[in-house]
Amino acid sequence: MTDRLAARFALCAREDRAALVTFVTAGDPDLDRMPAVLAALVAGGADVIELGMPFTDPMADGPAIQAGNIRSLSSGTTLAAVLAAVAAFRATDAATPLILMGYFNPILAYGVERFAADAAASGLDGTIVVDLPPEEDGELTPHLAAHGLHAVRLATPTTDAARLPAVVGGASGFVYYVAVAGITGAGSGDTADIAAAVARIKAATPLPVAVGFGIRTPAQAAEIAVHADAVVVGSAIVSLIGAAAAARANDLPEQVEAFVRGLAVAVRRARQAVPAPTEVAA
Amino acid sequence: MATAAVQPASLRSGPDARGHFGAFGGRYVAETLMPLILDLEREYRAAQADPAFAAEFDHLLKDYVGRPSPLYFAERLTRDLGGAKVYFKRDELNHTGAHKINNCVGQMLLAQRMGKTRIIAETGAGQHGVATATVAARAGLPCTIYMGARDIARQAPNVFRMKLLGAEVRAVESGSKTLKDAMNEALRDWVTNVHDTFYIIGTAAGPHPYPELVRDFQSVIGREAREQIVAAEGRLPDVLVAAIGGGSNAIGLFHPFLDDDVRMIGVEAAGHGLDTAAHAASLAGGRPGVLHGNKTFLLQDDDGQIAEAHSISAGLDYPGIGPEHAWLHSIGRVEYQSATDAEALASFQKLCALEGIIPALEPAHAIAAVERLAPTLPADRVIVANLCGRGDKDIFTVAEALGFGL
Repeated sequence: MTDRLAARFALCAREDRAALVTFVTAGDPDLDRMPAVLAALVAGGADVIELGMPFTDPMADGPAIQAGNIRSLSSGTTLAAVLAAVAAFRATDAATPLILMGYFNPILAYGVERFAADAAASGLDGTIVVDLPPEEDGELTPHLAAHGLHAVRLATPTTDAARLPAVVGGASGFVYYVAVAGITGAGSGDTADIAAAVARIKAATPLPVAVGFGIRTPAQAAEIAVHADAVVVGSAIVSLIGAAAAARANDLPEQVEAFVRGLAVAVRRARQAVPAPTEVAA
Repeated sequence: MATAAVQPASLRSGPDARGHFGAFGGRYVAETLMPLILDLEREYRAAQADPAFAAEFDHLLKDYVGRPSPLYFAERLTRDLGGAKVYFKRDELNHTGAHKINNCVGQMLLAQRMGKTRIIAETGAGQHGVATATVAARAGLPCTIYMGARDIARQAPNVFRMKLLGAEVRAVESGSKTLKDAMNEALRDWVTNVHDTFYIIGTAAGPHPYPELVRDFQSVIGREAREQIVAAEGRLPDVLVAAIGGGSNAIGLFHPFLDDDVRMIGVEAAGHGLDTAAHAASLAGGRPGVLHGNKTFLLQDDDGQIAEAHSISAGLDYPGIGPEHAWLHSIGRVEYQSATDAEALASFQKLCALEGIIPALEPAHAIAAVERLAPTLPADRVIVANLCGRGDKDIFTVAEALGFGL
């Protein structure tokens, strides 16, 4: 099968811009609206979609994504339903990479081999399993590899130089740098620190480096897009979905699309708009 | 079961270098936390090799906690049940009223060795929270305790104790608002405050090396019980009984006896009954999964979503169990039974009436199993049950269950 992730990163490299990775929780606010939400992400300019598999106990997530998990689970989302929705998306979009992000237990309950086979068949491109560090991911990654799926790994501010080679060594697709030691949606990292970390990771791996956590606005996305191969925005989109759902807004997909477009425009302009040393950033 | 599996020469040698007890245990944490638990493991190995660490631990257990706790022959209960002799390991007489303090003393010494300046913990019934707040006060360190909002409502005395001891108690409103949610929130705090914070996990669960080090700190219970029963009876006991939530008091009692010809019974909380959805018996009603850093038996639905546990005892109200128990269950070394809310309540009252001891609702589950077992055994058999906590904290819950207005 074609490597949609590699193709998308190559395209972005040719255009000398960072990729925009957008995160939504699958089935948020409900499974019925999932196709419209995914289409809105693409229409707004997302290069890669991270699809959160909801879990009752999202230990690494802040209040926004916790709430998204609850909305989704309340609407009856299951892993099988998510894979079915991925297949439906893939029938309409053959190019946009889809990465499933979540916790290990739903995959374990589904069966790791069966998951890898069904995920590949549905048109998924890879996984990020938050609570499966390199020390434990041997029970999943061989099955993913056998089915041509990427195992994206996380590097963090606590991943030191001694540990980094082992972390990036088994990664594929891209490396996700968690810019803040913390939960999703809280705080934001210092851009200089993030740039240094990205450089450190890129010295250790040929894979693209995506940066996420704490990036909520077009301005923040643009700042990171100067340094990273991809910028991940999650909680801000999930918060918007939550607010629109609570307001029973009929234009939820349009709101998502407009917000993502703002991010995409900012990311696409970022490397053209680097301020000269004499200019002072606002 | 694991009929073909080759067992190690000693059942006391686990976990392996990667923190696995057979198919269970491990380190299922976010990458941000992984370097921290590797640091903790290094520091624990250094502490194990340092005689000064053991000397300080022993000194604090003796002079601050009040160990050794007595082993008490429950003569009237034994006569009432009409069978085996029943002994209680009186860990409810420890400072702070439960076994939890043993582990907190040990982990605080590790925190101090590591130069950590802030302490966090999760708590269910509040016993671990009180014990953590206690050692934090003694160490002069700020302490934040995460506690489910539902548990705060049913354990008001312990909440006040923690506050008196200087801890900040943060109510957790997510999920079932009980122990598992408190643990989620403590993990979120830890991942946010990686540089200065030490997380004192209260039970023999979580990512490696926690299940091992909590077990080691709690094994003082079994080591003392072994010496005491030999002194009293001239031999090892026939049966050990302990209640299981995460399982720290049980593994503390069992571990020093694992290689001996001693029957062991762990008692899970059956809540309203194992045939209902409202129980906390993860071995009887769950299956293997991954939560809170370890692979173990979990109450969960077909899609791997974690189920809400129920027990009248806030300390047992957890949908998982420590990984070493999962392994001991899978190899059949320890027998796991359960007791319902109603059985625990009856045993709670029986111990008050016959022995003048108000037990916590947690060990009341173990007593219920003792009541079932003792009459089936001859009078020359010896049972040792762990009385792991006192029941002062539970009088409001029990009064309400018995329809007694306080």
